[in-house]
Amino acid sequence: MLLFIEQLLNGLQLGIMLFLMSAGLTLVFGIMQVINLAHGSFYMIGAYVGATVIAHTGSFTLGILAALSAAALAGMVVEALVLRRLYKKDHLDQVLATFGLIMFFNELTRIIWGRQPLFMDVPSWLAGSIELIPGVPYPSYRVAVIVVGIGVGGLLYLLFTRTRIGMQIRAGASNREMAAALGVNIRLLYTLVFGLGTLLAGLAGVMAGPILAVEAGMGESILILTFVVIVIGGIGSIRGALVGALLVGLVDTLGRAFLPAVLRLFLTPAYADGAAASLASMSVYLLMAAVLVWRPKGLLPAHG
Amino acid sequence: MNRRTIAITIGAVALVALPSLASMADEPYLVTLFSRILIYALAAVSLDLMLGFGGMVSLGHAAFFGIGAYVVVILSFHAVEGTALLTWPLQLDGHQSVLVVWPIAVLLAAAAAAVIGALSLRTSGMHFIMITLAFAQMLYYFFVSLEAYGGDDGLSLFSRNTAPGIDLGDERQFYYLCLAALAAFLFFSWRLVHSRFGMVIRGCMENERRMKSLGFATFRYRLVCFVIAGAGAGLAGALIANQTEYVSPGLMHWTRSGEILVMVLLGGMGTLFGPVLGAATLLLVEELLSIYTEHWMVYLGPFLILVVLFAKRGIYGVLAGGNGNHD
Repeated sequence: MLLFIEQLLNGLQLGIMLFLMSAGLTLVFGIMQVINLAHGSFYMIGAYVGATVIAHTGSFTLGILAALSAAALAGMVVEALVLRRLYKKDHLDQVLATFGLIMFFNELTRIIWGRQPLFMDVPSWLAGSIELIPGVPYPSYRVAVIVVGIGVGGLLYLLFTRTRIGMQIRAGASNREMAAALGVNIRLLYTLVFGLGTLLAGLAGVMAGPILAVEAGMGESILILTFVVIVIGGIGSIRGALVGALLVGLVDTLGRAFLPAVLRLFLTPAYADGAAASLASMSVYLLMAAVLVWRPKGLLPAHG
Repeated sequence: MNRRTIAITIGAVALVALPSLASMADEPYLVTLFSRILIYALAAVSLDLMLGFGGMVSLGHAAFFGIGAYVVVILSFHAVEGTALLTWPLQLDGHQSVLVVWPIAVLLAAAAAAVIGALSLRTSGMHFIMITLAFAQMLYYFFVSLEAYGGDDGLSLFSRNTAPGIDLGDERQFYYLCLAALAAFLFFSWRLVHSRFGMVIRGCMENERRMKSLGFATFRYRLVCFVIAGAGAGLAGALIANQTEYVSPGLMHWTRSGEILVMVLLGGMGTLFGPVLGAATLLLVEELLSIYTEHWMVYLGPFLILVVLFAKRGIYGVLAGGNGNHD
């Protein structure tokens, strides 16, 4: 039971990370109609810049701030230089151009930081563990990640529903021409939305730093999971991204933790472990396939 | 003779003469390199069937490529070990012969394509791209976790497959086998594209709703196209496993799908010979750049972006002139 709660929290934490990634990406998909494969690169940029600043200054807070600004800045520059030219092109061109961006960023990080992965330490004030439920110690850092993620989710909700800029973003999403005709600077708005998305990716990256290794190509493994989340949740829908992220996080984590034990009930141990490993690594994709059969547009599609 | 015929003739003659030229220039490595190019060209042509003629942007094509390769290596592994692949529900032994192994590779790739296609084709546009990508990654992780066949490290092929009358171990003979496979697939694709089926598929790309109202079961046509493309990639996979004598999950990683997609676009989408040119160009550029710098991707990435933004018709479009997309 204790193990179960712990794994549940791990799943929640992975779900939160995925939410941070997919919230930004789903906005870019939904509002700009652009498929952006390079979203993982901003996650990677956040992690690298964060790790470097923390290593030099020793301050985790400074590291996070640097990671956020680097990711947001890189995002806005990329939007202005490349993505902006892709809005009117078809999806295939967008796939190829952003694939080119991935190659560029991965190799650039290899040139700047080398091939060896960097390691980030958890800040000392988050190094311990706390008992959320009596008798279940859980690392404070992971709790902090969950709290930050929930906080960001709340802020996003307020931004979209309660502010003028949120209203403009929603207007731009449902009808670009009409919003522009009413005086909204769509170009600037798109750059800002893209920057917001990459900022969230950078946040996810720097928070993942102490949990995973910081290395070139780290963005791609989470990018694919992010796609799964978005397909499950429905393109362009933040609520869908939240639901999808939590589902994927929980299914992936719990599958890895408990499938071996479950399969051992039916199969011989040697066989069960192999089968469980395969099945666990495929579980989120099977979940996606099931959702697709049931609802091809995702669980909570943005438009109807 | 128009420019297109001239370009194709020159290309074909060059490919047939390549092993002799390579031995004259005393560069036997060229034969190996070009075998690889021909194999990737086959995979790229198969992707172009669904992409350029069917309008289906798949980012998971390497999955079928990888399945074809794994079939060859797994069957050979069991043949060498003398163990059975399956004992229940039916007895399956390993095998080394091209005549047995390759049809299985193609059929299994086609079967996987049928399942993935049937699910993915329920959607379109951006969804379709992401879903094909996700399914390919699923297979990638499946093979990563398949410890019995090397898992992440992959598995070596003990020796190349055997075929009556051909020694696949001989680089030159293997090269001609790859060339024959590519030529056969190109001929098949050419017939296919110009058949009634091809017309329907192209119609679906232009306007699916209209094809539907004309009474065509568009889903079935597109699915068949997806399966044929998967089968072609499976054949390419069987060849690549023999060429490198090694498989690893990396063969089906999504970046590989991306590379194949790049080949198609670079060469010219919606043409049959374009992807061949694209495969040759990309692999040769990679080869050349990697002589000068290990960080060649830092140049290739922006180059791709420039191609997308400014050179839409691809190399073949430029070479073949005006009606490059009508072959």
